[in-house]
Amino acid sequence: MCQSDLDRQSAGEPHPAPEGAPALSVDNLRAYYLMHYFGVEREVRAVDDISLVVRRNEIYGLAGESSCGKTTFLKTIAAAVRPPLTVIGGSVRYGFLDRDLFALSPAELSAVRWKHLSYIPQGSMNVLNPVRRVRQSFIDFAYRHIRLRRGAFFAAVEQHLQRLHLTASVLEAYPHELSGGMKQRVTIALATICRPEFIIADEPTTALDVIVQKDVLAMIREAQQQIGSSMLFVTHDMTVHANIADRLGIMYAGRLVEEAPTAEIFTKPMHPYSAHLVASLPRIGEQSRKKSLSGAPPNLADPPSGCRFHPRCSLATDVCREASPALTTLAPGHRVACYAASRW
Amino acid sequence: MFRILRDLLSYNREFALGAILILLVLAMSLASFFSPYPSGLQYVGPFDVPPSWGHPFGTNSRGQDVFWQLTFAIRNSLLFGITVALLSRLVALVVGLTSGYIGGIVDRILMSINDTFVVFPPFPILVLVYFIFKDHMSWALLAVAMASLGWPYDARLIRSVALSLRTREFTTQSLFSGMSTRQILLEEHLPYVLPIIFATTMNNINWSIGLEVTLSVIGFTNIDTPTIGTMIYWANQHTALVAGVWWWIAFPVGLVIMTFIGLYLLSVSMNEYIDPRSRLSRMGGAA
Amino acid sequence: MSGDLLEVEHVTKCFAIGGLFGRARFNAVDEVSFTVQAGRAEILAIIGESGSGKTTLARMILNTFAPTSGAIRFRGKDLLEVRGRKRRLDFIRQIQPILQNPYEAFNPLKRVDRYLYASAVRLSGAQSQMARDEAVDAALRKVGLSLAEVKGRFPHELSGGQLQRTAIARALIPSPALIVADEPVSMVDASLRMSIVNLFQRLRDELQVSILYITHDLATAYYISDRVIIMQKGKVVETGPAREVLIHPQHPYSILLKESVLSPDDVGRGRLTLGHDRGAMESAAGVKE
Repeated sequence: MCQSDLDRQSAGEPHPAPEGAPALSVDNLRAYYLMHYFGVEREVRAVDDISLVVRRNEIYGLAGESSCGKTTFLKTIAAAVRPPLTVIGGSVRYGFLDRDLFALSPAELSAVRWKHLSYIPQGSMNVLNPVRRVRQSFIDFAYRHIRLRRGAFFAAVEQHLQRLHLTASVLEAYPHELSGGMKQRVTIALATICRPEFIIADEPTTALDVIVQKDVLAMIREAQQQIGSSMLFVTHDMTVHANIADRLGIMYAGRLVEEAPTAEIFTKPMHPYSAHLVASLPRIGEQSRKKSLSGAPPNLADPPSGCRFHPRCSLATDVCREASPALTTLAPGHRVACYAASRW
Repeated sequence: MFRILRDLLSYNREFALGAILILLVLAMSLASFFSPYPSGLQYVGPFDVPPSWGHPFGTNSRGQDVFWQLTFAIRNSLLFGITVALLSRLVALVVGLTSGYIGGIVDRILMSINDTFVVFPPFPILVLVYFIFKDHMSWALLAVAMASLGWPYDARLIRSVALSLRTREFTTQSLFSGMSTRQILLEEHLPYVLPIIFATTMNNINWSIGLEVTLSVIGFTNIDTPTIGTMIYWANQHTALVAGVWWWIAFPVGLVIMTFIGLYLLSVSMNEYIDPRSRLSRMGGAA
Repeated sequence: MSGDLLEVEHVTKCFAIGGLFGRARFNAVDEVSFTVQAGRAEILAIIGESGSGKTTLARMILNTFAPTSGAIRFRGKDLLEVRGRKRRLDFIRQIQPILQNPYEAFNPLKRVDRYLYASAVRLSGAQSQMARDEAVDAALRKVGLSLAEVKGRFPHELSGGQLQRTAIARALIPSPALIVADEPVSMVDASLRMSIVNLFQRLRDELQVSILYITHDLATAYYISDRVIIMQKGKVVETGPAREVLIHPQHPYSILLKESVLSPDDVGRGRLTLGHDRGAMESAAGVKE
């Protein structure tokens, strides 16, 4: 529906990367918050040397607790970097661009946004204009990318909604007339209307009720499969990852500590932190005692030396305190940053 | 305290500029205590002398040294403005906090009174007060009258902050810790209300000095007391501008403008500092 | 019955929304009744989604506002009679809340120990500095913290888990009989969550404190509660012993709720299906989108 290539050439957009390139390739990304307030200087190392690859047509889950840096990571790869957030180093390359994301001019970025790279936020109020009807949001976001006349544009929108099992009447409603789940479904439809190659989802189901959550997750999965796009799905909820992510990356204190196909993370976690996250999940029907980790996630302005998890790790040794372990491939498709894991 | 001032001075240009202006104004008002001429005295020097070495701001048609007269004038105007501001802050704070926190019927009554006062136009009311009290008119009475007109708008602002604070979870926790209403209002809520109080104090000082100048220029206050407004009044009485005695009007006006700008800059820059959200960012917590 | 700790009897709360013309009324809580017995400490879980009325119910039990109809009695005395400072203080010595957001439960501009000391002074009668320190330290130790860790700290210096535990310690200072916990772990990090949930079990077993555990998370409710009440749109749809209700739910809504819970055991099995067969389930359960 987007007449992609023709439009791209005519709009002067950046050209796509060669065939076979991954949907997203992040290399050694560092992004810190540098703040000066009345003489107090703080450097919060929110994203500290992250490298990962998202393949085409896959959902990559990013798990981590609060203040582990995953939201900052999303902002960085969406090029939504504003002071005090500063990108210190590293590169972000998408499959639909032939150069680094940060090398794009603002005009090129705006041509890319929503058409090739879209975003599903946690709160739908961040996307839908509360004082206009839903159809206006579709016009605001998608109209300039889909070069069709008004009537044909809305026909396309309605067809897209139908494929996602939404009725066209939702276009005439105001956001406050819709329930939370409905709004989120509309947001997903909005994010996928231009069939983008890459979708960033930031805790899209966290604010939803249990009953609605499963439906919305199924919808996200179906939308992704219909379009064949890749998705970076960020949430702290491990059970959500179990049900939607193809591969899962675990973030801790600004670093990636483990990455593997989802099933492997749940059955054979190698990093102590991931092992704990998986083991502490309560399940209905199970009453065995669940243990909890001591300590707390570190302050990113003053992280521990060496491996950032060592203060809470029962397997910590001297080398863990001195130097940070590198992310190494210990099994096919399975990367871990842990000295203890490498020893097994 | 000093560290805070030093931080503000070094990092915030508006604060530095505002501080300089206000310091100058304060210096002027303090200089009044060193005046060689008592304030009420006339004919102490030659008439209508332009600014010169002996008389830095010149003399006026009443034979007074403009500079020393101005020191008294700014002192009195400032004192008046600060008194009105403090009085009205007190009323606004009590009404706003009580109304916002207690709610219900108390809120309704207080806000009805509040809205009635908001509608009053201050200037005609003050003129009316003058005409009623004519001979018994004094600065104290005028200050009270202005304070009772200057509180309602700010009381509503404070009330809205109090309303939002009432529903915050730490208020519930304070209640269940056994804290009394008074303790909660003063210790938990006041820090959030302070920025508004501060900004509105500065605004109120500006407003009351402005109103005082207006009334004095027309002659509706005690014109024997030297204030900025009365200086301008006398200047008009002696048709200073027409006579070419520009320094009699220019310096008072210039000084009062400097006061307004200085107070405004101070309030704007300090607000950023006191505001709970920026305080939190400095302390290191999330807002 | 006079032996009950808490008695909720046909409680309804009606809210009116809208302007001067055309006010719509709806029942946030609709004819809810249950009791918590004295004598044996238990954890009663109230499970519901948003809009189920569970938070409104919690607020009424905490006497924040009165029900529109029905009565809530604590130890035989109706909550409407709790008026005046003395009776209020008495009341909060026996019922304490634990709130959802640990970062919001403490004033960000004030130190955390302030609430602990205030509770010690006003609710526990500790007068001297030493008595206060002792009372606060004892309460903190019950939750696995100590006064040294918490003294003089601001909320942002502590983690969500530590803050929530401090809030629980504060609630324990007057040795209450009932704690009303409104979604106490939903905003706490996953790695710290189970320590708080385990703490609730200890409170029941070692300190004989009954807990009203309000949550939307069936898994943790299964893990620690003795009894369970499931609410939908203000009404109680099912109640009973936790293991029974959560493993074999009877009401269509409870069944749908359990069906919707995501499990890590489903990993890689593609159990997510889109809407068609669930539609029938949802209409049976009275869920409208």
